[in-house]
Parts: sequence; C-alpha cells; structure tokens
Amino acid sequence: MDLNTKLFQRFRWWLIFITSALPVSLLVYAAYHQQLGADPAKEIVLELGTWAINFLWITLAITPVRKIFGWNWLVKYRRMMGLYSFFYAALHLLAFATFMVGWNWKILIVEITERPYAIVGFIALILLLPLAVTSTKAMQRKLKKHWLTLHKLVYPIALLCLLHIIWQIRSDFSEALSYGLLLCFLLGYRYYQKRLKSVSALKRQTKGRKLKTQIN
Amino acid sequence: MKSALGLAGSLAAANVTALTNLPKEDDSPKYLGPKWLQQQQQQSITLEQFQAQDKLTPYKDVISYNNFYEFGFDKADPYKKAQNFITDPWQVEISGEVAKPGVYNLEDFVKPHTLQERIYRMRCVEAWSMVIPWVGIPLADVLKHFEPTSKAKYVEFTTLHDPEQMPQQRSLFGTLDWPYVEGLRIDEAMNPLAFLATGLYGQGLPPQNGAPLRLVVPWKYGFKNIKSIVKIRFTENMPVNTWNKTAPREYGFFANVNPAVDHPRWSQATERRLPSSLFSPNRIETLPFNGYAEQVAHMYKDMDLRKWI
Repeated sequence: MDLNTKLFQRFRWWLIFITSALPVSLLVYAAYHQQLGADPAKEIVLELGTWAINFLWITLAITPVRKIFGWNWLVKYRRMMGLYSFFYAALHLLAFATFMVGWNWKILIVEITERPYAIVGFIALILLLPLAVTSTKAMQRKLKKHWLTLHKLVYPIALLCLLHIIWQIRSDFSEALSYGLLLCFLLGYRYYQKRLKSVSALKRQTKGRKLKTQIN
Repeated sequence: MKSALGLAGSLAAANVTALTNLPKEDDSPKYLGPKWLQQQQQQSITLEQFQAQDKLTPYKDVISYNNFYEFGFDKADPYKKAQNFITDPWQVEISGEVAKPGVYNLEDFVKPHTLQERIYRMRCVEAWSMVIPWVGIPLADVLKHFEPTSKAKYVEFTTLHDPEQMPQQRSLFGTLDWPYVEGLRIDEAMNPLAFLATGLYGQGLPPQNGAPLRLVVPWKYGFKNIKSIVKIRFTENMPVNTWNKTAPREYGFFANVNPAVDHPRWSQATERRLPSSLFSPNRIETLPFNGYAEQVAHMYKDMDLRKWI
C-alpha cells in the first residue's frame, strides 16, 4: 500500500483520533455500568488526570521520536495530541468540581487556592488554555514568530504537571519517577539538540572566518 | 507513535476491564473465617451503645475498597491480590511490660471471649468514610488477660512481615518501612470503644480487611486500624508508628479525627461518605473524634490537639 495516498492518510488520522478518545469512552462505559467501585468520582478524576498528562508527554515526544526515527508525518499529529491533553485536563477539573465537590463553590475555591498540588495543576490547565485557543493554522499565521514563543509555555506546563504528581506522593514514588525520567529525556533531548546546533554554528562561523583570512 | 497510542489504549482498557472484576452485591465472595471461630461468631451479641445509627456501607464496597498497602496502593489491589493470603493458623506474640508474655495461638487468644457486633463509622485520613458492622472483642478485655504491669504506658501493634505473600513489601519505590507498626496510649487501648475485629458483616474477616485480627479505633483516622496483627508489645515509651515515621508533619501518633486541623495537603473539614454516586458526592461535615467525642474527648482534655495531630 502506498503510504502517501490521501486515503491512507485519512485512515491514519481517524485511527489516531479514535484511539485517543478511547480512555474517556471506556471510562463513560464503566461508569454507566457501575464498574468503578465504591468511589467512582475519584476513579474518574484520577483517570482523566492521568490521560491529560499522558497526552502532554506524547505531545512532547513527537519531535524527538520524529527526528530519531525519521517519521516526519508525526508532526501532523502534534496539534491533535496537544488538544487531547487539554481536553482530558479540562474534563479532569470538571469531573473534580462536579463529582467530588458537587459545585460547592466554598470547598472548590479552598481546594484550588490552598492546596499546593491543586494550585500547580490549576495553573497548568490555565496555561494550556491559550495554547489550545491558538493551535489553529490561522492563529499560527497571525501570530507569526510570537506563536513559537507562546507555545514554549508547554515546557513550564509539563514541569507543573510533574510537580502536581510529586506533591501527591504518599507511599509510592514509582509513578512520579517514571513520568519524571520520561520528561528528563524529552527535555534533555531538546537541550542536547540545541547545544549541538550552536556548536556546529560556531564551527561554521570560525571556519568562515579562517577562509576569509586565507583569501585576504 | 501509533503503537504508543495503541499501548495507551490497551492500558486504559486493561484498567477498566480490571475494574469489571469488582464484586457486585449478589455475587460477592463470602469469607467464613477459621472453622474454630464460626460457631462463636454465630453467638455474638449486640450492645446498644456501640451501634452507630448511620446507614451501612454495602458489603461489596467494604470488601473491595481498601487501603492495605502491603498488597498494593490501588483501592482494589487488596481485594485482587490478598485472596490467597494465609490467615489460619495464626499466632500473636505478646511482649514487653506484661506478666504473661508469650506466643499465643489466635484461637487461645479469642476463645475465652464473647464476640460482639459493633457498627462503627470509619473515617480515613484521605477524607472518605464508611460505616461497617464489625465482629470482634473489646481490646481492653484481651489486653487485661495478659496482665500489663504499671510500666505499660503504651501498646504497640505490628503487622505481619512476609514479602512472599505481601508484594509491596518487596517494592523498591515505597516510602513506608515494613512491617507496619501502630500504637495507642494505654488509656486509649483500654477505652471501651477500642476493638479487635475478627470479622465483619456477621462472618469472618476477609484478608483484604486485615484478617485474621485487626484493630478498630473509630475515633481515629483509619490508618491507626492496623491489620493482620502478629505482635502486641507493651512499652513505657511512645511507639513510633509507620506513617508518623514516613511523614511526621502529616501523620501524628494520636491521629484523632479532627475537622479543625487540616492535613497539610487537604482539608479534613468534610468527608465523602462512600459509596458515593456521581451526581451526589455525599459530602458531609466531619465531626470531632468522628462523632465519638462523648466517649473519648476526656482522654485528651489537657492536650493541645492542634499540636498533637
């Protein structure tokens, strides 16, 4: 099969789109059939939060994976992954407010403003909002080079998410450790690439200068 | 990428399918308890003053929503992983400041007493709560039997340490020191509310609920209710309980339920009474000493309970 046909690309797009919606679909199914145990609220909130972070990490993995394996088509899905992360994060907060707090504003405000782990989670979601809003091609064109600067926010957002996990550790840090190590790789890779680029640019510069002096 | 997503999808699927294995009310497993205890269980008595009037948490939730970290951190882990846990025969070592130390068979330990059924509220430090009908013996009756000396100021309890049966005791990423240790001041241990459970819902104690012997102190946060007890030691000095050792700022020795003092990371003012349904979170006000102030507050009248968490 020719991997570049329109039909295949469309198929792939739908496949990824539907797979990404699977966690929330299964959750709705399980909740409807009362399979979430004694505390369905907590289960739903935890699961949605986990997937928000999973999709954020997947979004951050696109560039390194694309470069390492040469899968350039991946970049087309970066926006979708980012938007899914926002989607799950928004549902996470919504589920917390609805199922756990029952929209009791007094409790909700106390929870979001006084608990450090909740504060960082909330800030991360707020910061994701402008990224989601400006994710369209039209916005990208409109914002020009500012778009890239704005979307660098994803790095502090990821760190806030990691903090959100770390500050909830009680008896087991294996999950926080795995997310932390993955993030180290994802950010470390970018740092390494940047260093590499600046070193080669420097080399090119000095080479150019040498050439010039020789000509002179 | 696709495979990563596929993996992600199957992870979610695995999680949700795992949940389908949770018991339903009509197909919940029964736990008869050890043979030697069954008849005694049938003859348990009910005293009016120990019956909370709250609505009972359904059996299926009591046996499938547990914090028993030796078997895993997920609430369903103990239900899933503790079913083959061997709880009979069982021995308990009594030591420290007592006239009659020794290693006792659980049978000898329980037989002399008339079992009671008690309905207690249980308030977890994580801000959820349940109402459970326990079967068991008043702790004081058991302790007096071993004749504590005048030096016995505290009682220390220890859970079984058996990494082969308890998977989390083998984990490299845990923050808790095993075996799990809890303690009470001697007057707390002798308070009529303090209870040793050998069963629940009129039958034996399920392994995930701390079989075969588990402490129940309903005015304290749930983590004080140490499970699967193998040692009881009487001491002159305050024991160091496991959670206090791991996070002293967050978990004290006394751990009395107190809506006025928040956990450093969340509020203790309210709790969610389980089971909760999605559209009524079932959030209720937490009461001082979990509603047992009348029976226990006098023990702490000279203490600053903001300091002694």
